Amino acid sequence: MSDQNRLGVFKTYKLYVGGKFPRSESGRVYEVTDSKGAWLANAPQSSRKDARDAVVAARKAFGGWSGATAYNRGQVLYRVAEMLEGRKEQFVREVAASEGLSKSKAAAVVDGAIDRWVWYAGWTDKIGQIAGGANPVAGPYLNLSTPEPTGVVAVLAPQKSSFLGLVSVIAPVIATGNTAVVIASADAPLPALSLGEVLATSDVPGGVVNILSGVTAELAAPLAAHQDVNAIDLTGADAELAKELEIASADNLKRVLRPQPVDTDAASASEDWSASPGTHRLTAFLETKTVWHPTGALGAAGSSY
Amino acid sequence: MASAFEYAPAPESRSVVDIAPSYGLFIDGEFTEAADGKVFKTVSPSSEEVLSEVAQAGAADVDRAVKAARKAFEKWSALPGSERAKYLFRIARIIQERSRELAVLETLDNGKPIKETRDADLPLVAAHFFYYAGWADKLDHAGYGPNPRPLGVAGQVIPWNFPLLMLAWKIAPALATGNTVVLKPAETTPLSALFFADICRQAGLPKGVVNILTGYGDAGEALVTHPDVNKVAFTGSTAVGKAIARSVAGTDKKVTLELGGKGANIVFDDAPIDQAVEGIVTGIFFNQGQVCCAGSRLLVQESVQDEVLDALKRRLSTLRLGDPLDKNTDIGAINSAEQLARITSLVETGEAEGAERWSAPCELPSSGYWFAPTLFTNVTQAHTVARDEIFGPVLSVLSFRTPDEAVAKANNSQYGLSAGIWTEKGSRILAVANKLRAGVVWANTFNKFDPTSPFGGYKESGFGREGGRHGLEAYLDV
Amino acid sequence: MPTTAPAFADATASDSALRRFLFGLPGVDAVGLEARAASLGTRSIKTTAKAYAIDLAISMIDLTTLEGADTPGKVRALAAKAVNPDPTDRTTPRTAAVCVYPDMVSTAAATLAGSGVKVASVATAFPAGRAALDVKLADVRDAVAAGADEIDMVIDRGAFLSGRFLKVYEEILAVKAECGPARLKVIFETGELSTYDNIRRASWIGMLAGADFIKTSTGKVATNATPANTLLMLEAVRDFRAATGVQIGVKPAGGIRTTKDAVKFLVLVNETAGEEWLDPHWFRFGASSLLNDLLMQRQKLSTGRYSGPDYVTVD
Repeated sequence: MSDQNRLGVFKTYKLYVGGKFPRSESGRVYEVTDSKGAWLANAPQSSRKDARDAVVAARKAFGGWSGATAYNRGQVLYRVAEMLEGRKEQFVREVAASEGLSKSKAAAVVDGAIDRWVWYAGWTDKIGQIAGGANPVAGPYLNLSTPEPTGVVAVLAPQKSSFLGLVSVIAPVIATGNTAVVIASADAPLPALSLGEVLATSDVPGGVVNILSGVTAELAAPLAAHQDVNAIDLTGADAELAKELEIASADNLKRVLRPQPVDTDAASASEDWSASPGTHRLTAFLETKTVWHPTGALGAAGSSY
Repeated sequence: MASAFEYAPAPESRSVVDIAPSYGLFIDGEFTEAADGKVFKTVSPSSEEVLSEVAQAGAADVDRAVKAARKAFEKWSALPGSERAKYLFRIARIIQERSRELAVLETLDNGKPIKETRDADLPLVAAHFFYYAGWADKLDHAGYGPNPRPLGVAGQVIPWNFPLLMLAWKIAPALATGNTVVLKPAETTPLSALFFADICRQAGLPKGVVNILTGYGDAGEALVTHPDVNKVAFTGSTAVGKAIARSVAGTDKKVTLELGGKGANIVFDDAPIDQAVEGIVTGIFFNQGQVCCAGSRLLVQESVQDEVLDALKRRLSTLRLGDPLDKNTDIGAINSAEQLARITSLVETGEAEGAERWSAPCELPSSGYWFAPTLFTNVTQAHTVARDEIFGPVLSVLSFRTPDEAVAKANNSQYGLSAGIWTEKGSRILAVANKLRAGVVWANTFNKFDPTSPFGGYKESGFGREGGRHGLEAYLDV
Repeated sequence: MPTTAPAFADATASDSALRRFLFGLPGVDAVGLEARAASLGTRSIKTTAKAYAIDLAISMIDLTTLEGADTPGKVRALAAKAVNPDPTDRTTPRTAAVCVYPDMVSTAAATLAGSGVKVASVATAFPAGRAALDVKLADVRDAVAAGADEIDMVIDRGAFLSGRFLKVYEEILAVKAECGPARLKVIFETGELSTYDNIRRASWIGMLAGADFIKTSTGKVATNATPANTLLMLEAVRDFRAATGVQIGVKPAGGIRTTKDAVKFLVLVNETAGEEWLDPHWFRFGASSLLNDLLMQRQKLSTGRYSGPDYVTVD
């Protein structure tokens, strides 16, 4: 039996919401093509109701995920890297097709994305020490600042870097204990939808990451206006959309991460996400909580110790 | 009731401060009239006496001030950090030297008791400059990478509740990091910022590094929307904060917002009750409750509710309301007629919605803006007085049965600025503090501030932190 | 034997009941307590209020000498001063009492007879209290027999610190029974109890056992009366009266030397227990050098000049 005789099995790409793989509530799909315009697959065209459901799932997952130990979150993120390593071939194929890269370049991108999970896996139990600490107040108090996750973060994934860019914006958000509602690259959503399948088998609790495909502006608008979304990463928005969303985000004072220079390099076909990311994307979605505790002397008579 | 031990009046002397009949805007090191010549009066809220007439900045003045700050930025940001540090140390020292004068001035213009300006505001103002002075030449070690750069011109708008302290929170980190400043104080409390301009002069601060624009909300709006402002820092109402957040959309302006709150002060049945009562009082009656991080919601465990309320009412009956310049005054005047009207209206709403009002038995002076310390019992989460920030001496008392319920109620707010926990059980403090969605949590204390301690809120209480190492980030290009 | 206030009869039914009761009292946060005391210490008491406070403070003094070197002559001099603190100004109030060792009670009583100044005697093997109960009771009996109006006993700190609270309680009961008509002040020696929680517990033991006064200290250890421990004891008597209707006095002793200090304590009384305690019957200062400072300040108020030590009498 030769390959030519066998008809391939297509994959039905689905959303990833609350740990499950629903079709879009809209019942609609749109055609996803490769860089040369050839049909690759149909992707679900999510509606605002899908966005709403994703926020509900993300909120439900927030307590458990933010309450998990940093060590545990680190292991879960590392597990994602392990799972990806095993499915590398699939992602290389999807990235190559989506971004029009050669196989070797796509492989480098996928390697970078896997390594990015490893990088952020290692940050979960360190960022608290970098971003928090004891403050030497002038009084009989122990004063401690601790970074805490902001909550539910809407993430507009980069439009061009469909996988490395995607991972680079998701991983820092969840590393610190936030939960995410991610809008995949509109034109290249397949690696994102496949990532959902990896997350589902990587001990990432359902609802921690929710992935939607569709028209970015259509999904971003309700998320930016949503009162139960605490922050928004505008990476995948163009300047005009970013401004619109930032205005909508002011209604409940969402923390806004504006598009960074690396994301808006329209001239280059593939954005450069390979540089070392730093901690900026971690701290963008952290709140600092400062707690005061009285100390005082050991006894009413004072103490010489 | 007349007490056997009547404290005789003990007024702080007004003569330590010399208020000029009029003041200009402080732009590029000079006091100058507003371009359109407009002025407004500032009154003492405790007597309605006019203290001075100050220039009212308009858009043209904002532009002039931003240009001056832009011009000064190049040299100021290029100064070695160690030199900037010394300017700030000078300012800190001059504030200490002039603290009595400034305390009296602040009390006159704001209406808060001299006890507070003397023992809280002014020491904290000096400490804040002293703290950030030391950062100016150590920014490489602040955790933001090597040689972090300033942003440029900072447009800062501050409220009337802690006029000079909020100025310090804004200006000290801005200057330490190499930014220049245009600051607008609130229209009801312009004077201490103008005196600060004089302190800048005494310190020899280069012209244009600090510019002070007195005026109303329109000047504030012109400032934060000015295209050549790189950084916006605002402390004030959530409504204005949201408007600012909208106005900077699509720009590169970095923003920090420190907005409203409805802080929950949670008293468990194993609390140190006497200290908790003091903490409740400090939480909501410090500065007449005109504090964004006030503990305006008391959540008390049902098993000690009666005991706590009895003790609280007894304690409130000892509060001394009156002349803010009297050293024995605990409760001063409300800052303005407008604020008094807002408090009064919210309290009326509370009564209309069926909450039970109790006010301390104290006589209110006949002139000025006054409101007796008040608490509401029989309050539920559904009452307006449990949800809206009143920004006045009004406490809403709610009860709870279990720690989970306390946390759920405390977090059930669009705000997330402050909270208090009262219990003798250490592990409970840590567990509850961990669950509260609030930027500052005081365990067995309340309303403590320190320049090393980051301050700022979750949710609609704003974003960004002021104070401490964290406070540098808002003024650095990182 | 006197019985405990009915509201708390169960509390002293057994050692374990008393322990449960004491450990059920609200804890004390040291930083908060001290901050409150310090904050009341910033009250500015001027002119007429100061004059009132000075006279009140003088009238609340237990003018004290508790030295091994005390002699009848010394005690007579002290008693004379208690009756007539400022020979240049007869409007000066007399002190509340003279406080001496038991063997000096008869001398003091003789000098003070008819003056209105009470004779207070320390007893119960003051200041350590390390003697058999019989010896302590005999000490009390002697003092009362010699004419003491008031007995200042010390509690057994060893028993307290080893958790034998009922022993402390019963000893106070026994002493109280021995006092007869004399009012009983119970000294905790707060400096040895060390923690504020202990001071609150000791206050309740004393009040439950029928103390007429609770008193901070002997004046013989490093830390004596402080604004914070006195504030705490004022809270205790306030709460006890609210619960039982029984009013109990408070006496800070040791370390209060200046008018400024004394006025601060009176502010604590006024704003914590309330004005019902602003009376020598309910509040005392255990002090010796304090009186002269009060007298000098009093002279300053009446003359406008600062006075000097040569214008008040040495003891």
